Amino acid sequence: MHELSIAMSIVDMAQEEAERHGGAQVQAVHLKLGRLTGVVKEALLSSYELACEATPLEGSRLLIEEIPVEVFCPKCEAPRLVDSIQWFCCPECGTPTANILRGKELEVIALEILEIKE
Amino acid sequence: MSAGPRLVEVRKNVLKQNDVAARALRERFRDAGVLAVSLVSSPGSGKTAFLEKTLTLLYTRYRVAALVGDLATDNDAARLARSRALVKQIITGTVCHLEAAMVQNALEGWNLNDLDFLFIENVGNLVCPSSYDLGEDLRFVLLSVTEGEDKPLKYPTIFNSADVAVITKSDIAAAVEFDEAAVKRNIQAVRPGMEVFKVSAKTGEGMAEYLEFLQTRRQHFRAAAAVPK
Repeated sequence: MHELSIAMSIVDMAQEEAERHGGAQVQAVHLKLGRLTGVVKEALLSSYELACEATPLEGSRLLIEEIPVEVFCPKCEAPRLVDSIQWFCCPECGTPTANILRGKELEVIALEILEIKE
Repeated sequence: MSAGPRLVEVRKNVLKQNDVAARALRERFRDAGVLAVSLVSSPGSGKTAFLEKTLTLLYTRYRVAALVGDLATDNDAARLARSRALVKQIITGTVCHLEAAMVQNALEGWNLNDLDFLFIENVGNLVCPSSYDLGEDLRFVLLSVTEGEDKPLKYPTIFNSADVAVITKSDIAAAVEFDEAAVKRNIQAVRPGMEVFKVSAKTGEGMAEYLEFLQTRRQHFRAAAAVPK
């Protein structure tokens, strides 16, 4: 269960970024989450709520875009989405491949902020 | 007056801090010519016994050290110290995995130039350690013959993040009707091309092949490190 420490890093990161924008209020955090990161979406969402408590981010939303696992098939010479992370092979021709192109992302992409202007 | 919400781009890796620390460690290991190997597995799969045997066998010819992660107790370090290798315990408290910064802190006071091999035993956990790079050159995932042949399919992420699989406790394989072909098939499904060793730390079976692999790997590592950047 490392989702809580990851959620706390996300909150820290968002707060830092908000301060850079003059202490703006963060309404939402957009996150890319690859299916191969070993981070569970549901656990991360509930951890995020906990991590936000008593911080300026309390009440903000975490919007997760899940990234499928994409591999490069050496036979088709093309990127392919794997059907399952239990079977690393080309879904078209069945060639096994360990060449992973996408699916390990754990990235804060953007923030929705509300700038307070006088 | 307040304006409406605005979208600002960030594009930052959440584990950036860990990745930066891991990269610094990897460079230090490279510069010192020490091959760093980490071990991950579920609790009870025999990591410590396997490591104790490894350290004991390597100790006669190489300068070896180990860091061992655990939530509590330093029992493992005490066990490993019997091998006479340099050993330090990392007590993680409530943290279920090692992070690069913990490795960095634990290395304080050690001169990496005095080492040939550094082993890093992660906390027994097949989930969380997969996300954290420790700067290691090789990650071993261990599974014992008692664990069920479908373990790689249940934990594909950790198997995928590892470089080598080690099947442990081979001495009791027959008693538990271990299906080696099935495990190997499952390992190849989640990590095509993965090297697999089958060992018994108790009887020493398979240890020679595995140690030869480590020594060869170290030679390649040092040859690559000797090439100017």
